[in-house]
Amino acid sequence: MTTPPAPSSRERILSRVRTALAEAPDTPSAPRGYLTTHTPDDPATVLDLLHENLADYRAHVHRAMERELPALIGGLLEDHGAVSVAVPPGLPAAWLSGTPVEQRHTPLTPYELDATDAVVTGCALAIAETGTIVLDGGPGQGPRSLTLVPDLHICVVRAADQIVASVPQAMPLLDPTRPLTWISGPSATSDIELDRVEGVHGPRTLHVVLLTTR
Amino acid sequence: MSGTFIGMPAFPKAAHEAVRNVTLRANLRHATHTIRDKRAVAVAELDDWAELREAGKQIKDHTLHRLDHYLVQLEESVTAAGGTVHWAADAAEANRIVADLVKATGETEVVKVKSMATQEIGLNEALEAEGISAYETDLAELIVQLGEDRPSHILVPAIHRNRGEIRDIFRSEMGKWGRSAPEGLTDSPAELAEAARLHLREKFLRAKVGISGANFMVAETGTLVVVESEGNGRMCLTLPETLISVVGIEKVVPSWRDLEVFLQTLPRSSTAERMNPYTSMWTGTSDDDGPSAFHLVLLDNGRTDALADEVGRQALRCIRCSACLNVCPVYERAGGHAYGSVYPGPIGAILTPQLRGTESEIDASLPYASSLCGACYDVCPVAIDIPEVLVHLRERVADQGGRGHRLEKAAIKAAGWVLDNPGVLAVGERAAARTRRLHPRKLPGPGASRWTDSRDLPQMPAEPFRDWWKKNRT
Ligand code: SF4
Repeated sequence: MTTPPAPSSRERILSRVRTALAEAPDTPSAPRGYLTTHTPDDPATVLDLLHENLADYRAHVHRAMERELPALIGGLLEDHGAVSVAVPPGLPAAWLSGTPVEQRHTPLTPYELDATDAVVTGCALAIAETGTIVLDGGPGQGPRSLTLVPDLHICVVRAADQIVASVPQAMPLLDPTRPLTWISGPSATSDIELDRVEGVHGPRTLHVVLLTTR
Repeated sequence: MSGTFIGMPAFPKAAHEAVRNVTLRANLRHATHTIRDKRAVAVAELDDWAELREAGKQIKDHTLHRLDHYLVQLEESVTAAGGTVHWAADAAEANRIVADLVKATGETEVVKVKSMATQEIGLNEALEAEGISAYETDLAELIVQLGEDRPSHILVPAIHRNRGEIRDIFRSEMGKWGRSAPEGLTDSPAELAEAARLHLREKFLRAKVGISGANFMVAETGTLVVVESEGNGRMCLTLPETLISVVGIEKVVPSWRDLEVFLQTLPRSSTAERMNPYTSMWTGTSDDDGPSAFHLVLLDNGRTDALADEVGRQALRCIRCSACLNVCPVYERAGGHAYGSVYPGPIGAILTPQLRGTESEIDASLPYASSLCGACYDVCPVAIDIPEVLVHLRERVADQGGRGHRLEKAAIKAAGWVLDNPGVLAVGERAAARTRRLHPRKLPGPGASRWTDSRDLPQMPAEPFRDWWKKNRT
């Protein structure tokens, strides 16, 4: 007679779970009595709230129309002393038409990114109540490392169609199969006596440009 | 009157010294009060907080009650997305799996984003024994690791260190691990953070293997979620070629939509922010973005024991926000190390004895490390009734009897009677406080003396918690 093989850890854990729950009552799916938004349904209010909350978390916020964008981005890169900028695939070429800074295109190795001063991207959407921009690697955003390693990140949000009021409004618009990065203000730490310091590892400076149509 | 009277027998490791350590107490007090005041403001911004809390509680309860189903679903989704799922029944198995995965890459260095699960299983030490160096990259974890110290808070692990101590650690230790601290480093937080940035960046850039935990795993989609502030998490999650995530089985939630609840409650409850600076979400592997190999190690290590306890299983709802630490008068005075576990504070007092059992004296004493004031329950964003579980676990400790538990039994008898008679408790506490010079520093008896030989008993605070609480609670 052969002894049966010892059960795998998978089987053991699942069977322990089932034994543990043998007497447990069935619990229904959760109630969702919470609000889907805390903000009045008015685009101007939502835009102002996003602006305010981004600034509160020490992002630098600008408003510009499409035609003002190249000069604004050029000026920000210059102010930062940037000599090179990483450019994600699909970024509108016009956005960087106002700057002589050297453009570096993906793929870039971590070392190449480390030697790049800035990055300019779009985003998937922005959430006003939390002051968050969400990147999903779509056109004009590039892989996650692009907005992580360079020290300056300039992110453009289209006010007309990329801003939602709240987290519950954002979820159905996002595709979980894409790699997602939610950014609320620049990198920060409060680990030293709870003094907030911007920038340990991510970009220390975050500029968000709210692209308006008027 | 003895130190066991209020029912905190072997409340472990240096609680006594912690209470006497002026720096520690000042740091702790400043930190916990700052965070909890800010938290109250952040929570008040959401007028549906009670509903969010209820939804969070119910989502977690529902998941726990069908955990087998959701774990299998998660495994399928992660696998379909290009990841590999491993199951680890205990710490030793999890460590073995991770060590083998790292070895298979041919690497001897890994970068780590702060993870309580890997601390719980002692992964760094296990890897070290296999010749693999694991670098902690969270600033506070770096401070702890360089200082050969242990974390003392879930959220701010180096809360017990002040800036001068941190500078000294950086100056003397950084060079031994990699890039040295800059010449003339001062104790300004900005300079210290910059030193950490430079020290760690060379490690991030060359790292081939990253190790993480996760705050949530979504069964429906196979998505893992890490919330953080500094960007070290993003570095570890995106730059290496191989990513290994070690996650407790209780971290699963059923659906993508469920995240909308926890992404509102977790940041506000933990760092008192509307949202933490960075949240990363990934589903298996993707082309041209992030690691090309992803391994998920699902960790039991006592969680199914906790699950089997009808009252105690609610501890598995915990989302590790640390709000309960910041309101706990016992934690504020004793500090995180006193709990003898990676899980300190009120949640540690109920989670650790369930994960590890109550056989050891430390673990048997943890359910007594509380004044049962209930503040932890009030702040908990998933409504874990910590006092209820504490009392339940005290009963378990008292029932199991046996050698080494006579003290606990005696204590619970006294405590049980006293706790039923609040007036007596108040008087007893004040009397205990007045006579604290006379309290023994060691416990007598076999077992107990082995424990206290190397440790002092906690001294009674100068002021009873109840008085303190009344005065300081706003
Ligand atoms: S028990 Fe509740 S309050 Fe404490 S860390 Fe866990 S979720 Fe937060």
